[in-house]
Amino acid sequence: MRITATKLVLQAQGRTIIDGVDLDIAPGETFGLIGPNGSGKSTLLRLLAGLERRAGGEVSLDGHNLRRIPRREIARRLAMVEQQAETTDCLSARQVVELGRTPWLSALVPWGAKDTAIVDEALYAVGMKGMSSRPWSTLSGGERQRLQIARALAQRPRVLLLDEPTNHLDIHHQLALLRLVEELPLTVVIALHDLNQAMGCDRLGVMSQGRMVACGKPAEILTPDLLRAIFRVGATLLTDPQDNTKVLRFHDIENSR
Amino acid sequence: MTEAVIIGAVAWHSRLIVRLALGLVVLALAVLAGVILGETPLPVSQVGDVLAHKLWGAASTVDPIDAGIIWNYRLPRTLVAAACGAGLALSGLVLQTLVRNALADPYLLGVSAGASTGAVAVTIMGIGAGAIGISAGAFAGAALAFGIVAALARAAGGGSGQLVLAGIAGSQLFNALTSFFIAKSANAEQARGIMFWLLGNLSGVRWPDVGLALPVAVVGLLACVIHIRALDAFSFGASAAASLGIAVRRVMVMLLGAVTLMTAVMVSLVGAVGFIGLVVPHAMRFLVGARHGALVPASALAGAVFMIAADVVSRVLIPGQVVPIGVVTALVGAPAFALILIRNRNRA
Ligand SMILES: Nc1ncnc2c1ncn2[C@@H]1O[C@H](COP(=O)(O)OP(=O)(O)O)[C@@H](O)[C@H]1O
Ligand SMILES: [Mg+2]
Repeated sequence: MRITATKLVLQAQGRTIIDGVDLDIAPGETFGLIGPNGSGKSTLLRLLAGLERRAGGEVSLDGHNLRRIPRREIARRLAMVEQQAETTDCLSARQVVELGRTPWLSALVPWGAKDTAIVDEALYAVGMKGMSSRPWSTLSGGERQRLQIARALAQRPRVLLLDEPTNHLDIHHQLALLRLVEELPLTVVIALHDLNQAMGCDRLGVMSQGRMVACGKPAEILTPDLLRAIFRVGATLLTDPQDNTKVLRFHDIENSR
Repeated sequence: MTEAVIIGAVAWHSRLIVRLALGLVVLALAVLAGVILGETPLPVSQVGDVLAHKLWGAASTVDPIDAGIIWNYRLPRTLVAAACGAGLALSGLVLQTLVRNALADPYLLGVSAGASTGAVAVTIMGIGAGAIGISAGAFAGAALAFGIVAALARAAGGGSGQLVLAGIAGSQLFNALTSFFIAKSANAEQARGIMFWLLGNLSGVRWPDVGLALPVAVVGLLACVIHIRALDAFSFGASAAASLGIAVRRVMVMLLGAVTLMTAVMVSLVGAVGFIGLVVPHAMRFLVGARHGALVPASALAGAVFMIAADVVSRVLIPGQVVPIGVVTALVGAPAFALILIRNRNRA
């Protein structure tokens, strides 16, 4: 499913948080969002999910304006994993994932065997099958993050929005998650912190102060000049002798001003 | 739909009907107990006799005075108690779920105080007569209080902590307004009556009150039942609910409207009965878990049974004297609430 955004603008408390962002993400593409803290990645994802009513501009799914699609229909097509999700409700891991079926159920279509199978599959995909009866309050940050991803998968969306999903995850689960995202036949927009992980995306958009200042293939984007200008770091591109992939190594440049 | 899906749906709904029937049986037993027990317990056989006579015209041998006590006094009183208990428990549950705060209930958020103010204003000024007029006044007061509290919380930053603080301010304001109205306009006798009513009191309840309380409780319950999945989806907050496909605004308006209506009508009928909205949903979470498919019916049922029990206790606690029911619910509710706080200390 194609997701496009034109002239997205969001102002809050007199500040412009998102400042004229245009995007066009092709079906099946994995699009990475990078940028320093506070540059507007999370807010842009919320706008793409249609969660900010005050936003200006337009988001559309396969050419249909998001504002004219009922929320329930949006949730069947697009799932979002926010940077943090908290609850004080005493839910089990499995019950959290079951929430993902919400947009597919109604009085006429109650919970069925198919839903159970989808939830099982989602739990399995994030490696939480064995912990499905654990209460949410006893899970670690990384386990909670994986459950939220499973919940999003259980929505059976065609567009997946992920906000720094590798936060809290140990390195094994970070790599497992990125591989999962790559293999899913979905359109994925993913905000990432780790620029080396961002290299695995099909395309990258660089956010800075609410604007998308660059957009293109990772190799074109992650250049020493751009990294110096936007992220205020120096970078050297190294080659991993094992498989010849490029690796970025960063060094501080603030002191040498 | 395929055949398997239809069979699944039928199985699911028939389980639901069994549980519903079970709940109704428990409720009927509680109502029966409420009618039997009182200042002077009446034999079960007499109660059955009167009910059979009134409901399907069986011959009755009961003394007309006892029959009058059972039919005109105890039964409506018990039915209103059940409706109020269910309505207040559901109001508390919905508020806790929607505002994501364990402390939320109609009292804490000032809704009850607003309802009292509205009801007292109508009573004293004599605008509109009867239970409907007073309920309408209570509804206006409750909605106004809710609006003010929500606006204040929003202006203060919009967190759920701010909402609770705004609710406390709102309660104080509307309680002060109530006292002001009483001091300004009521004569001594009216004032005494109103103060007694404010503490919660079912002794004046008659059949017309049942005609108001029961439909409102049923409407409130239905509003919750059709939003069970929406309520579940609020587990991770309003924004998460929206991304799960819930039309958050519409659901909020419907459910908060139902809460305001239930609180207003219950307060106008029986006065300010505290703690049910706070304690019953928490106790039910402990028993049936956090999901609303079980929590909504369980809270409604437990609220009804708890209120009937509190009413019986209020009548028999001190022989020859009726203790305000709000005093009884607070005496049970406050320690129960303390237990809940202690139990939740690790999750705060
Ligand atoms: N609701 C809001 N009201 C005011 N400012 C906000 C709000 N949400 C985010 N911001 C601000 O917008 C900027 C972008 O935030 P965010 O999108 O979370 O950045 P990122 O995810 O890239 O770190 C930050 O400066 C943040 O403080
Ligand atoms: Mg962010």
